[in-house]
Amino acid sequence: MTDARTTGSSTWAGADTALQAADLRLRQLGIGAAAVVVAAVAGLTIGPVGISAHRVALELADALPGLAFDSGLIDAHAAIVREIRLPRVVLGLLVGATLSMSGATYQAAFRNPLADPYLLGIAAGAGLGATLAITANLGDGAGAFDPVPLAAFAGGLVAVTVSYVAGHLGGRSTASLILAGIAVASFLTACQTYVLQANSDAFRRIIAWILGRIATSGWSEPALMLPYFVVTAAIVMRYRRALDVLAVGDEEAAALGVNPRRVRLVVVLAASLAAAAAVSVSGLIGFVGIIVPHTVRLAFGASNRVVLPLSVLFGGAFMVLADLVARTVLSPAELPIGVVTAFLGAPFFVLVLRTSRREVW
Amino acid sequence: MAVRIQSVAVQLDSTQVLRSVDLNVAAGEWVNVIGPNGAGKTTLLRAVLGLVPFRGSIDINGLRDRRRSARARHVAYVPQTPVIPPGMLVADYVLLGRTPHRGVFAAETAGDRRIAAEVLERLDLGGFSERTVQSLSGGERQRTVLARALAQQTEVVLLDEPTTALDLGHQQDVLELVETLRRERGLTVIATLHDLTLAARYGDRVAVLSGGRIAQCGRPAEVLTVETIAQHFGAHVRVIDDPEGPVIVPASAPVPEFEAAELAVLATSKESR
Repeated sequence: MTDARTTGSSTWAGADTALQAADLRLRQLGIGAAAVVVAAVAGLTIGPVGISAHRVALELADALPGLAFDSGLIDAHAAIVREIRLPRVVLGLLVGATLSMSGATYQAAFRNPLADPYLLGIAAGAGLGATLAITANLGDGAGAFDPVPLAAFAGGLVAVTVSYVAGHLGGRSTASLILAGIAVASFLTACQTYVLQANSDAFRRIIAWILGRIATSGWSEPALMLPYFVVTAAIVMRYRRALDVLAVGDEEAAALGVNPRRVRLVVVLAASLAAAAAVSVSGLIGFVGIIVPHTVRLAFGASNRVVLPLSVLFGGAFMVLADLVARTVLSPAELPIGVVTAFLGAPFFVLVLRTSRREVW
Repeated sequence: MAVRIQSVAVQLDSTQVLRSVDLNVAAGEWVNVIGPNGAGKTTLLRAVLGLVPFRGSIDINGLRDRRRSARARHVAYVPQTPVIPPGMLVADYVLLGRTPHRGVFAAETAGDRRIAAEVLERLDLGGFSERTVQSLSGGERQRTVLARALAQQTEVVLLDEPTTALDLGHQQDVLELVETLRRERGLTVIATLHDLTLAARYGDRVAVLSGGRIAQCGRPAEVLTVETIAQHFGAHVRVIDDPEGPVIVPASAPVPEFEAAELAVLATSKESR
């Protein structure tokens, strides 16, 4: 047998083994899915009324079209699972998945580990929108239509748009975009503080909104979130490889045939739309968009092909568990979920940072 | 002609960096572009890559398609200070070079992975594929960046100061490697180099970029003269003839009489103190 090496030919010395690319492995996907299942089962079984896990599983299987099981649950318990706990778990999954995905996308698009979904002023814009709606006493729960989430959604999107336009006027670097976001956020936060001061009677409701909650009244909130999640996740996942190319910077990405500004525009708009939708239904839940993607990076590597899908799964699981803590520790009162995510998330993240040997930033 | 640059002018903000650059590089040729700091060497490479707007024309192998991805299938780029993406493995980094061929949304094919593996093997980086680029030494990093450019499988490779931050041995390694690859694959190479002796030793021709134009272009021995270097670099050098090409060494600068007189006064006043 002779090969290129032994004959000393000048052709490429034969490397028969192809490289493995950093694609999502089945094992990693399995771990993420398992996290979601564990969190969902915990969220469905733990609560003021004790319902066993296997009965919950049978009840859910029964709810699937084409399947019929007798879970043995009395009607009231079946209703608790189907009408109260399930929507709440689904909303937790959607909001957590959305905020984590959005954070991971921002971090990749701006090549900045500190970026989170609120970088371009979504939180401040949504906060101002919600504050205005609450102080105008619009959101009194009168009728099925609640204007607070709508005002928050609009406020968040306006803020991002202004940041993007202002950032591009001031130059085309990502730094100018981030600085524009900071300016817009500061301005809107100042406006919100002013409105808050002038309407101290609404103070508690506004603070409660800002601290966030995963609260549902039936299926309307999950139904509102779902289309935003599906569409934006489809866009962001499609761009996961493009975001890996962006990791070498705009100039080199362009030399590799990619248009970095177009990629950034598309993914940032999708991530912003997703975050605005999540904020509008659940308030300003902080920290998730930072710690979940970073934990995924430290555990599974830095490629966006892995980070984006796993952030969706672990973000959803994390939010369901955080919500479980929020509604059980002081039961029947509820802790604001933003408090729980930071209170549990921060120590956990420090632990991950200290134990991981990977260098991801 | 692999690369034909005609009357190229580039204005960045209000500065006219390139006025009218003409340079033709034949297929398989290696041309080193030299010039003082700020002469626009990098800007010229960026114009060829289509990264800056320019007037005039740049023709690469008769390529008509003006899209970035089409250009990236013909020209590869090794920047002076590459951005090292945090946490990225060498394998993934080199596979980025396949981006213009696979399209940004598609997964790598088995062929892409094979090409990347071959390039890594060829540049003695086979054992590094599971390491992060960050963890490599300067010389290994430079070879990794070169590997990414080679994985692009382009006819033309642009090297911007490929030897910066490398010690003498690694400078030679990188340039020898480029020379070997050029012969093996018929690559066309345009490089910018600060070190004039290296510019003389590697490559076929030297082009002096000065005043926004190619002031001189030709064989190293013709171009790299004491007069040319003094004129364009403001440097005082001695040029030593060597069989492998001229060697340029700095000479002590002639001190003008007026300045010498003042320095003499300064020296005496210090002594008397």
